[in-house]
Parts: sequence; C-alpha cells; structure tokens
Amino acid sequence: MEPQLLRFTTAGSVDDGKSTLIGRLLHDIHAVYEDQLESVRKASRNGLDLAFLTDGLRAEREQGITIDVAYRYFSTPRRRFIIADTPGHEQYTRNMATGASTADAALILIDVTRGVLPQTRRHAYISWLLGVRTIVFLVNKMDAVDYQQEVFEEICRQTGTLREKLTGCTVHFIPVSALEGDNVVRRSDQMPWFAGESLLEYLENIPLVSSTGISGLRLPVQYVIRAGEFRGYAGQIAAGSVRAGDEVLILPSRQVTRVRSICAMDINPEVAYAPMSVTLSLEGHFDIDRGAMLASRSNPPFAAQRIEARLIWMAESPLRLEQPYLVKHTAQRVCGQVTRLISVCDVMTLEEHPATELRTNEIGRVEIETHRPLFFDSYADNHRTGSFVLIDPISNHTVAAGMITGSYEQKNFRKAETVLAGRTLWFTGLSSAGKTTISHAVYERLWAMGYKVELLDGDTVRTQLCKDLGFTEADRNENIRRIGFVADLLTRNGVIAIVSAISPYRALRDEQRARIGAFVEIYVNAPLEVCEKRDVKGLYCKARSGNLPRFTGIDDPYEPPLDPEIECRTDKETLAESVDKVIQYLLAHSPQPMTLVWQPEQSHLALASAGMGEP
Amino acid sequence: MPSHLSHLRMLEAESIHILREVAGEFARPVMLYSIGKDSSVMLRLAQKAFYPAKPPFPLLHIDTTYKFPEMTAFRDRICAELGFELIVHIPREAREDGVNPFKLGTQKCCAILKTKSLLDALAEGGFEAAIGGARREEEKSRAKERVYSFRDAHGQWDPKNQRPELWNLFNGRTDKGETIRIFPLSNWTELDIWEYIHLENIPVVPLYFAHERDMLVRDNLLIPFQQDVPLLPGESPARIICRFRSLGCRFCTGAVRSTATTVPEIIEELKGVRWSERQNRVIDLDTEGSMELKKREGYF
Repeated sequence: MEPQLLRFTTAGSVDDGKSTLIGRLLHDIHAVYEDQLESVRKASRNGLDLAFLTDGLRAEREQGITIDVAYRYFSTPRRRFIIADTPGHEQYTRNMATGASTADAALILIDVTRGVLPQTRRHAYISWLLGVRTIVFLVNKMDAVDYQQEVFEEICRQTGTLREKLTGCTVHFIPVSALEGDNVVRRSDQMPWFAGESLLEYLENIPLVSSTGISGLRLPVQYVIRAGEFRGYAGQIAAGSVRAGDEVLILPSRQVTRVRSICAMDINPEVAYAPMSVTLSLEGHFDIDRGAMLASRSNPPFAAQRIEARLIWMAESPLRLEQPYLVKHTAQRVCGQVTRLISVCDVMTLEEHPATELRTNEIGRVEIETHRPLFFDSYADNHRTGSFVLIDPISNHTVAAGMITGSYEQKNFRKAETVLAGRTLWFTGLSSAGKTTISHAVYERLWAMGYKVELLDGDTVRTQLCKDLGFTEADRNENIRRIGFVADLLTRNGVIAIVSAISPYRALRDEQRARIGAFVEIYVNAPLEVCEKRDVKGLYCKARSGNLPRFTGIDDPYEPPLDPEIECRTDKETLAESVDKVIQYLLAHSPQPMTLVWQPEQSHLALASAGMGEP
Repeated sequence: MPSHLSHLRMLEAESIHILREVAGEFARPVMLYSIGKDSSVMLRLAQKAFYPAKPPFPLLHIDTTYKFPEMTAFRDRICAELGFELIVHIPREAREDGVNPFKLGTQKCCAILKTKSLLDALAEGGFEAAIGGARREEEKSRAKERVYSFRDAHGQWDPKNQRPELWNLFNGRTDKGETIRIFPLSNWTELDIWEYIHLENIPVVPLYFAHERDMLVRDNLLIPFQQDVPLLPGESPARIICRFRSLGCRFCTGAVRSTATTVPEIIEELKGVRWSERQNRVIDLDTEGSMELKKREGYF
C-alpha cells in the first residue's frame, strides 16, 4: 500500500520544549542530514541545541524562541509526516493557528515542572476549534523530576476541566523527555511504569479520518478553462465525489445540468473525489465564473448572506463592527461586515461571555453579513466549505480566521426559495399500511435539509382540531376538509405540509387536490392481510370482534388513488426506499432546484448532535 | 472508493489548487523556470492544472549565462515541445561589467546576477505574482515560508511579520509595487519530487544522472571543470563518476559521487543519503543564515 500523509502540529507555552522535541524526533529517526546537523552544532552555544533544527531564522536563534511556523518533513515505512512547529508566545498565536488549521493531530507540550499554563489551554482549545480531533499532551522534561509517575499523573489531572471542553476529541498523554529522548522515538527505560507507546509509534497509528461529514459534492470553481469550444470548470473537490453523467446544481444560478466528463491529461477518470483537483465539462452552456460552486442536487450546501461564525482575531487593532472587510471563502472573495459581536471566550475557563470588544488573539462568536450569498456547510461538517478569512481592504492584512457555525434567515433569500418549495404531501392508505412511519421519516429528512415543514397526522389532529368529530361519513369528510384547509394555508406560505390520514374516499382527496394545487398524493399501499397482521394499534382486532364499527377495510370501503404521484409498496420495499422515492420525486418536480435555508436554532442542534456542543 | 489519496496524489492536488488560485486571482502572474527537477515537476503540474488549455502565464528564466549548456538546450527543447511562452532574462549590463564569483565572491555575484535580475525582470514584465519551485524542506529559512509569500515594493521578505495563512485560503492582496511569491511545491520533499518524476515519467536534465565527468576537487566539493574556471595553483581536473543533486550556475554547483544512472536508482540512493541536497550549493555555505539574508533582499 502506498504511504499516506499525516499532518501534525506542535504547540504549548514558551519554553515547554516544542522545537527541542521536534529536533529530538528528527534526530533519533535519522531524518537530519549531516550538514544540517553540523550547522546546528556550529550555531549551538553548548553542545547540540536540537531546537535550532526548526528555529531557522536568525532572530529565532538569537532570542532562543520560535517566531513563525517551521515545516519539517520525515517519513517512516508506514507514513509520511508533515510537522508544523508553531510558536508558543501569545503574540504569535496567529502563526500557531496557521499551523493547526491543516493538522490531523496536535501535540501540546506541558513542562512538567510548570504544569498546565494559560497557553496550554489556549492552544489545546484553538486546535480543537480548528477541528483537530486527536490531541496528544506530551508531559515534557520528565528527566527534571526524576521520571516520577506521581508528578506525571498530577499533570494529567490538571487538564481535567480542559479535557471536558474538547468534545469528540481523542485525548492521549505521554510522559517524555525531549532532551534525553525518552518515549520520543524509543520507549523509555526510565519510566517502566508507563506501558503506552512512544510518541512516534503513536503517530504512526493515529487513524486518518476524513475532515468532512458530507457526502454531497462540493466543487468550488477556481478557474474556467477555455480551449476553442471547450469549457472546463476547474477546482479542488471540497467534499463528496462526482462521476460523468451525474446531475449537478450550479450555484449561484441554481440551474441544473449533468457532468459530461471529468477531463484529465492522461485518461479521463470515471470518478473523482475529495480532495482531488479536477476539471469538469458540463452539458449545455452556462454562465459560470470563479467563485461559483458545483454541488450535489439532492444534498446541496447552505446558502445565506447572514452567517454566524467563530473568529480567531489576529490583527493588532480590535474588530470594528460595521466596517467593510473582505470575506475570502472557498474561491469567493466578497465584501461583508461583522454586524454583531455575540460573545468572547475566556481562555482560563473556556466559557463564553458577552463582550464589547474582540482583541488580538481572542476568540469570539459573531454575526456576519455579506454582500453576496455564501455557499457553505458548517465548519464541523466540512472544513473547506465552512472556513473563511477576513481581510482588511485597506491594510490588506489577514485579520481573522473564521469558522461557520450557523446562519440566519435572510428575508429576501428565504422568500425566493421556500415559497417555491411550498406543497402538500398527502399520505393515504389503510390503517397500519405505514403512513405514519414514512411521513415522519420524510419530515425528518426535509427538516434536516433545512425546509420549513409541518406534520398533520390524522391521529393527532383528531385529538385537537377535530376532537369534536366522530367516525360517521359526514364527520370523516369534515375531518379531511379541516386538514385540507390547514394544509392549504401552510402550503401557500411556503411550508411543506405533510398529511398522514387514511382519507379513504377518492372524491374528498380530489377536492383537497383542487383546493391546494401543489398537491402530491402518496399512496401507501400494503395488502389488507399484511396491514391486519401488523395491526399496530390493535384496531383490526377490535373491528373484527365488532367493537369498532365502520372501520376502513373491514366494513367501510377504501378507495385507492387511481393515479397517485407516488406509490409506496410497504410490503415490498424498505422504509429507506420509500422515503427516497418521495425525496427524489420532490427534487425532480421542483419548479427550481430547492436550495436550503438554515436557521440558527437548527444549526446549533446539528452541531450538538455532531458532538460539537457549545463551549 | 478509496477514502484517501496516496501522499503523492495529495501533494499534486494541493499544488494544482495553488496554481489555479494564482491564475484566478492575479492579473499578471509569471512562473519562474530554473530548468531543474523542481521546475520540471512544476511544469507538469501547470500542464495538468489548465489542460487542455496552456497555462495562462508565461515562464521566466533568469539566465545568468553561467548555466550548464545542457540546461539551456533542455530548456529550449522542452518549452518548444510544450508550446509554453518563455521569457529569458539575461542581465547583460552586469555580464558586460564582468560580474563573476571569482572576482566578486559568491554573495555579491548572486545578489547582482540572480536577485537583482529577478527584481528587474519582474518589474519589466509588470508581474505582480511570481510562482517559484522552492520547497520548505530544502533549507531552514525556506521552512518558514508561506505558500503565498508577501514581498514589499523592494521585493523584500519580512519573516517576522508574515500573513497568517489558514487552510487553503490565500491572501493575495497587494498594493501597487508590492508582489507575492507563490510556492506550489512548499510541501514536497526531494524524494517526493523524484518519486513523482518516476510516476509521471517527466523528462529532466541529464546532469542529474551519474556519468564520468571532468571535475575539480575543491574544499570537499566537486566543481565541474570548464575552460573558463580559473585553476588554483597545482590544481588539475580529474575524471570522476558523479551526478548533480541540485542545479545552479556552473561555478557554484557541486556534484556528488554517485553511480545512479536512472530515476529508480536515484530514488534508492536518496533513501540512504546522509547529506542534504543543498550541501553542494556553494552559495548556501557563505555565512550562517545566508539563504535568509538573500531572501530578505528579494531572492526566492
């Protein structure tokens, strides 16, 4: 198997020994060339200062500190590694974040003689915020405390409250001496009480997890390639995969087309997936520029001009509200402003508090408005489409790193999208045919996709709106008319109304269809024997024993739809197949492809379920 | 479907992304072409990034005129084959003034023939972005470079005040006169370069392969013997089987003793090598931190 790449970063407070550790690691696996070692030897004041292997700037060597990230490379037979050795000083936090933004794992050093310091917490927290999900605390300078187990364990305990904040993260501890090399490459003889792997062994075994939880295609268009008649849309796939023939949604125009081919210099590949850089040619002619996005039609990104995000503020001067900044997101660069500072995180407690100012190296939660819509996912779901930087248009400096946590509805935008989406999904069928099960699952799917959706379940309606009604034909008809009336109101207001009711009479259903217009009839069909066997509510049993008069299918007729938009054969297909049928129908019969509106409440819920609760 | 790319394909995807960002964001970018192995890989990546079109930027070669004849021949052949636009900048004035490392020392020679020429050529062409093949692994100050390296109006690098560069989001904003240097090969190692050359069957200058050559042995360095190299007292060339790991000007590029005559042999050799690829670059050995000083002045 070809070796794979693991990127990791080192962080921690000043003088905790980050650079020395990297130096030791490289030295002990013989990844340092003789001439480089010679140059370090010459520069060292006494003996061999391994920190000089990464502290390559003159100022760094003079001051004995790390100012900026140094990247180092090494490989073992199992893996290729890229190390970002980052600075510990608070003033260089931005450089630490630079290193952590692309890392799969973070090594946070703790000087055993000094314990957990504010920078330890800040760096662990920033690494976690940036999506690093493997954090290794290296308790360093064990040689200075005679390699005592109790001292190591005390340090581990000190990280207790910090660890609680790192939800969803694998946290690991290794006692090391970077100076002496204990537990760096080789397991230490000095600490027989520690049964774990050395740092290198651990690094070789960290599972590589994809940084995206999204299966739908995201291809930000970086560049349009023109050659004669040929038009190719070039970009690096940010999530999902694509095949020739796939349907894609073009954003912002919301047109839909198919992929003609994936173009490559040698052989056109059948399929391409993240993080490949590709060129797609599409069927038809479209106006697509840099900044556009090609996306999956059934699983598109969110689109909004008002987003909520976490910012790591990096500029010397504090954040200014209502001032123009450039938002660089995927291949887009749009004007925008921070409209509200919601809270700022206290590094000591890692709690968020309302604040009036966001200063250098602070982490805040803000609301941002952009002049054009962004097409995005939450950072928790996908780093590439969930991240952005803010650039000051006057100084040209990168002033903040941003991670999208949610979005607010934007009035015009929402109207344009969801009025088109309004319709009634009418599930009809025998009792126990599966209407409730399917309609609830469809409700969940649409809700998760960001639609405004409402469920009108026959059983529930009868305990509320229609509790005065019985089961005579007239009452049954009245029940259906009331449901139809409410569904119509919802549909007109852009809501997807999901009705689940036996609604046995064809004429009554057709009456609702005529009233509502955007009406999708879904016949949930299973033979009577099957329904009777299921008898979820015990009603068939009751009816057969004569305790439930005029029960549909037993002593009252069920008139099946003659030409339903969708038929779900629940005796033959799985729930997932039935639900997919409904969703696919909706996507295929949308007057315009449906794009999603995401509300902040939902986004918070989504984050909570993804293991990223609110810190 | 594989969930992860091999590390070479990962590096390839990252570099192509960078090249396309440059093409998408800058009005007038240029790609520095130095004829070496890294440049050869960069050419292939540029070809792939914009296929079936040609790269939307010209190539620029700073020709100090002290390059090996094999290099110039290779350059002209490859550029003609690919049909890429090539600008060759020759610092004529300096050459007429007789600038050479024997007279001025390597530092000044480099400053005039390479750094100043580069800045002149960028200004002449009105290029606000220059793509270079430097890799972080090569040298300790290059290890500190961003992918987008901001240079002030004098082409100077300020390593203590670099723009934060998170994810793959690059800030290419400049004011008039300021430039950005872009390094798409930042994360490639020498071994990656050769493995990719092998994988993609990329042509390289024959000087990289072992051959018996006339060499001068000087301060533990193997310097190629040519008629215009002044001999030290008592010195005479010897026939030595060697190859070049890194290519620059003839006077300042040392060879290594090697018998590797094919790309796979070079890859095998590199796996066991104990010396860095720039150990034979005389210009790096001037003073401690000499690359950083050169970069601060505008060098790549």
